[in-house]
Amino acid sequence: MLKCENLVKKYMNTTAVADISTNIEPGKIYALLGPNGSGKTTFMKIVAGLIKPTAGNITFEDKPVGIYSKAHIAYMPTENFFYSYMTCKDAGHYYRDFFNDFDEEKYHQLLKEMDLDLNQKISKMSSGMVAKAKLAITLARNSRIIMLDEPLNGIDIIAREKVINTVIANATQDNAIIMSSHLVDELEKVIDYAIFIRKGEVVMQGEAEELRTSRGMSIVDMYKQIYAHD
Amino acid sequence: MEFKNNIPIYLQVIDDIKHRIGSGGLKLGDKLPSTRELAVSYQINPNTAVRVYNEMESMGICFTKRGLGTFVTEDEEKFYSIKKEMAQDYVDDFVNGMSGLGIDREEMIDYINTYFKEKDMEV
Repeated sequence: MLKCENLVKKYMNTTAVADISTNIEPGKIYALLGPNGSGKTTFMKIVAGLIKPTAGNITFEDKPVGIYSKAHIAYMPTENFFYSYMTCKDAGHYYRDFFNDFDEEKYHQLLKEMDLDLNQKISKMSSGMVAKAKLAITLARNSRIIMLDEPLNGIDIIAREKVINTVIANATQDNAIIMSSHLVDELEKVIDYAIFIRKGEVVMQGEAEELRTSRGMSIVDMYKQIYAHD
Repeated sequence: MEFKNNIPIYLQVIDDIKHRIGSGGLKLGDKLPSTRELAVSYQINPNTAVRVYNEMESMGICFTKRGLGTFVTEDEEKFYSIKKEMAQDYVDDFVNGMSGLGIDREEMIDYINTYFKEKDMEV
């Protein structure tokens, strides 16, 4: 569905992405693993069509990333991207106007599951509540690819469980979910496929269960091994 | 549920379900959750949940009724063999642990007898 070949992204004198090649297929949950600054967010932004790669090829359903792909790829950045005046309801209207695949009913349902009030101002919410609101609005798009950048960051363990359960419940045979995180143990049992990124390069990737059995260690242990000396 | 790192996740979930069948928490013929419910309740990948039921079906632990869902086997012999297999696992663990301490067969049996004697005294 999404093909990336030798993606590179350079800024002035830093290289954010040095070499990323991977294929994203529907029906799977992907983890993008690596410490801060390893290039996870830059990669997601390239897939979302927000920044252009310096070199390499990226296609979504055999078309270059652009207007078409943006209509089918949902991206949840790490920042709080809501305007300060917005309530959950306003944010929903904003998304509805922007994205054809936005399902307002599903959005309301997700907010309810996350114990969020439709009329609450987002600027008055705790960071855990904002994290849940961001997730609700992103998952309410019936997109082919859903990218969640650090969905577990800065939220307590109860909200984390809720986030993970919601992600699991919204994974279908037709969509792909890509999550980035450095909280590897939280993702270990949820993912189909792990992509380890180190200094902008893919150093290892594969089916999670296959990696676990062939190496006789958990994804967490692989993570420790790969990044121990960074 | 806490997962061990070195054993495939689907096998650990199967073990847990077998435990629940062996201990009577799940009865023969009971309806099992849908794969999606199973994924959410164990917080596992939905494809892993599908695999859990596929493997359990091939082991004869559960069966699928088209359109109705997945059910625990109704075969009583299967139930006893699950229970026996699990009891065997506990015995293996016990004997391995005790052997590791250099305790021989006679002593192990002594330990078990003493354990139950002390339990009886408590009552």
